[in-house]
Amino acid sequence: MKKRFAYYPGCSLETTAASYHVSAVETAAALGVEFVEVEDWNCCGATSYSGIDDLLAHTLCARNLAIAEREGLDVVAPCSACFKNLHSANQHLKDEPDLAEHINFALEADDLRYSGTGHVQHLIHLFVGEVGLDAIKARVKHPLKGLKVAPYYGCMLVRPRRHDEWDKPDVRFFEDLLRAIGADPVEFAFRMRCCGASLVATNRKAALGLIRDILHNARQSGAEVISTTCPLCQLNLEAYQDAVNREFGTDYHIPVVYFTQLMGVAFGISSKKLGFGGEFVPATPVLACAAREAAAAKASHGPKVTTK
Amino acid sequence: MVATAWTKPSFEQEITNEMYLTGTRGLNCCIQCATCTAACPAVEYMDMGPRKLIGLIKAGLRDEVLESNTFWVCASCFACSTHCPKGIKPSELMYVLKRYSMWKNRFRKDLVGPDFSRLFVRTIAKTGKSYEPGYAPAFIFEGGLGGLLREMQWGMKLLAKGRLALIPARIKRLKNFRQMLSRVIPLEGIA
Repeated sequence: MKKRFAYYPGCSLETTAASYHVSAVETAAALGVEFVEVEDWNCCGATSYSGIDDLLAHTLCARNLAIAEREGLDVVAPCSACFKNLHSANQHLKDEPDLAEHINFALEADDLRYSGTGHVQHLIHLFVGEVGLDAIKARVKHPLKGLKVAPYYGCMLVRPRRHDEWDKPDVRFFEDLLRAIGADPVEFAFRMRCCGASLVATNRKAALGLIRDILHNARQSGAEVISTTCPLCQLNLEAYQDAVNREFGTDYHIPVVYFTQLMGVAFGISSKKLGFGGEFVPATPVLACAAREAAAAKASHGPKVTTK
Repeated sequence: MVATAWTKPSFEQEITNEMYLTGTRGLNCCIQCATCTAACPAVEYMDMGPRKLIGLIKAGLRDEVLESNTFWVCASCFACSTHCPKGIKPSELMYVLKRYSMWKNRFRKDLVGPDFSRLFVRTIAKTGKSYEPGYAPAFIFEGGLGGLLREMQWGMKLLAKGRLALIPARIKRLKNFRQMLSRVIPLEGIA
């Protein structure tokens, strides 16, 4: 397994998803993965760019890919939208040499050139695929026993289809990861249903409806907590629960945490280092489960120490 | 050889041209099976589903299409494109229509989407990074005074929880970055 990666945080991880950033960095370090942040990275274009200009969208991504390539590192993105954009731009640039040449002319303005040797993956791909579930299991200190988690894949981790092993409609890698850290993934029908993305700004009514559908299904599935792989999914599902409740007269109060936060808790990393505390809906079930496991571990070790 | 009379491309041809440019098959392949509409999670918020929208484009009903909110309600979840049995990517069609309606300046004025998209692109071109609070002007006044106050309250909560930056982030080599962008699009009028 490679040990060093170019880490592309993306804009959200500097602000609304700061807890994703710190927990990603902490868990990666705990697993022996070194992240080198892409130097002077720029926005990937999110979803609005291709609404205006495809070429511009590819150019924005190409700059980041070229900077990572200069360091000889493969790219890891924790945000599903960044991952999708960087991955698809990379594919276009590899498949279409004339497009790559055209965009390289633009990159010259920043003394950059992309020759298409890079590889882009999402953070969860890196953890499950390269680090591996066995290595993750071996690192678990406090398994999240009995914690019922809804694995929320969202859209851009699995769509549009790239036709690789990670985006078949029946993939279960998120569930597998949750089992590896001792948690109990629930059967969650809406795991790949859309959270509304930027509709929360452009069409609030539609966005709140889509968020409600997912919260409803998560509760029906018996989940105590929803886990996400994307900063916008997290923001929509968590920080708009009040708005959903006001709009529909519901009473949802479901914590929504990043998979890296769950991993970190299971690894025994302190909740503060994992960015807990910035939630709109406190992650009480997660922290209580971790505290229970820590106390149990202490109790079982306790007598041994005293008898020595 | 007799020269054929010059005719303007039909609305469907214009849209299909754009679709091929973005790498999806054209609307001539559509069999109106409505798989796209069935797969769409947001269809209940649209004036019409994607199947009907495609039908209207094929029938040349340009005004009806441009007056609809359908492509601005699309959240780009790509469910339709995953399921279309004819290999059309309706999610790309939605992007094409967003682009087309902005070029022609023909969209419903009560929609937030066009302003939001413009603000977004402007922000990136100016700073190299996205800055969420900067997009608020596109939608913040929509919900009236009550909506505005709730929106601000929500923002303050985000700020208190350390999840909002007061000052937009900027990349370091901004001058090079802007020069790079100007090599692929005309920056005048954007930022």
